[in-house]
Amino acid sequence: MADTKKEGAGTRFWNWLTETQIWKSIFRHDRPNTDRTRVLVMLSNVFLHLHPVRLRKSGVKLRYTWCMGGLSFFLFLVLTLTGLLLMFYYRPTLEYAYTDIVGLREHVPLGIMREMHRWGAHAMVITVWLHMFRVFMTGSYKPPREFNWSIGVIMLVLTLLLSFTGYLLPWDQLAIWAITVGSNMARATPFLGHEGPGSALLRLGDVPLIHAYDDARFALLGGSFVGEGALLRFYVLHCVGLPLGIAVLMAVHFWRVRKDGGISGPL
Amino acid sequence: MADDKKPETIEPGAPPTGTNPAATPPQKMVPGGDAPATAAAAAATGAKPPAARPPAAPRPPAAPIPDLAGRTTTVASAGGSAARATTSAPAAKPATRDPDDLSPLLTRRAWLGLAWGAFSAASAAALAATGRFMFPNVLNEPPQQFKAGLPTEYGMGVDERWKEKFGVWIVRTPDDIVAHASGFYALLVTCTHLGCTPNYLLAEAKFKCPCHGSGFRLTGINFEGPAPRPLERARVVLADDGQLLIDKSRKFQYELGQWTDPEAFLKA
Repeated sequence: MADTKKEGAGTRFWNWLTETQIWKSIFRHDRPNTDRTRVLVMLSNVFLHLHPVRLRKSGVKLRYTWCMGGLSFFLFLVLTLTGLLLMFYYRPTLEYAYTDIVGLREHVPLGIMREMHRWGAHAMVITVWLHMFRVFMTGSYKPPREFNWSIGVIMLVLTLLLSFTGYLLPWDQLAIWAITVGSNMARATPFLGHEGPGSALLRLGDVPLIHAYDDARFALLGGSFVGEGALLRFYVLHCVGLPLGIAVLMAVHFWRVRKDGGISGPL
Repeated sequence: MADDKKPETIEPGAPPTGTNPAATPPQKMVPGGDAPATAAAAAATGAKPPAARPPAAPRPPAAPIPDLAGRTTTVASAGGSAARATTSAPAAKPATRDPDDLSPLLTRRAWLGLAWGAFSAASAAALAATGRFMFPNVLNEPPQQFKAGLPTEYGMGVDERWKEKFGVWIVRTPDDIVAHASGFYALLVTCTHLGCTPNYLLAEAKFKCPCHGSGFRLTGINFEGPAPRPLERARVVLADDGQLLIDKSRKFQYELGQWTDPEAFLKA
């Protein structure tokens, strides 16, 4: 530091920067050039600490992990970002939903944003499935990782629900009828769907407690058919409810990978 | 057992209780029965914090209660506190109650149970209210019942004028397959496969669903594609003013033999 002849401007700036109060208030460790400081980097960062400090060699081999979990997370970030941008232009109403989607392609610079969101969503469903397949084939669901497998199963369902709810938002014929068909499955919910097993048992005398206007499907659609209520509910679930849930579960998932001994080793 | 341990754990926190001159002396006086009240009163009137602290050190394992009596002596008379001590003694279970558990109404454990119970009940109520929130009281949907005009306004065959708004085809037929008479029936436009809306194909005299290809005769009977059963018919009657009255909340299914119901077909 003292000998300015050997140090370039960049080094001098770096040395000055890392001595400032702002820098020191953010980073509590030196440059990560030793094992100890590298560990400190991981442990003193709220995001990085979710990740294991040390990995097995197999854990970074593509042919072992396929990186499908990491890709799923990456795609989730892409979808969050592009989805946020799409929300600036999209209005979830019968009047505007379809034309806004067309406008996103025709009137907005970088109209590819919507395609990125759409294709990213398809890709995420695929990578999540492949991640699950890899975890299954490497036996990584076995103790002590059973709990994390269960978290993963829930996140798979949330991923599919995100895909399902997003499918309605373009509000074209394909969307409306796909959701009509898909949401009809909710009629058959046990006890809570008006055509489901056991729902006929829930009645007060002659009055059925579960009918077409108060069952699980109605709660999902906000009406008795796929209309404006369904569009708004799916929009809210797609943009806020489901992403919030899956983000919390992802934090738990990553943290449990670390707590359960890191990425599993080869059998 | 619990009584033996608790005072020791409390000891480090003695200063706060020690500042209350009445809190500690009574413990010492426990065996004396009536004595604690008078002694506590003396402590309260006499030297205050300094006098109170020394006796805190050899705190004996508190047998039954009298903490309660000890506290009250600071305000109440000696005789009154003694009476209280005797009355509250049976209510508080000496075996399970902590020496610093002073509540006169319930044990601390009972309070906790009450608090958790109330919290759980409030949470359950909030959850139920949240669930109920998802079911609005008013729906912006077309009514289930509507008047469809006079029978004379309809020619033979399928009429599509109410399909868009109410989801119903009104069919006038010279000879129905069930009723064996001429008249009207109202077919719901919901495909019995997965709930799409079929199209009426005039040239082929059938209803054809675009989703998966189910086909229905004009009677509503399914004859092609994956649909497992015929289209449903709705209640159709004549209103007081002579108009057709369609009621979609009353449905008739062929496979259940319900098309023979007199309200499933209007003879005209």
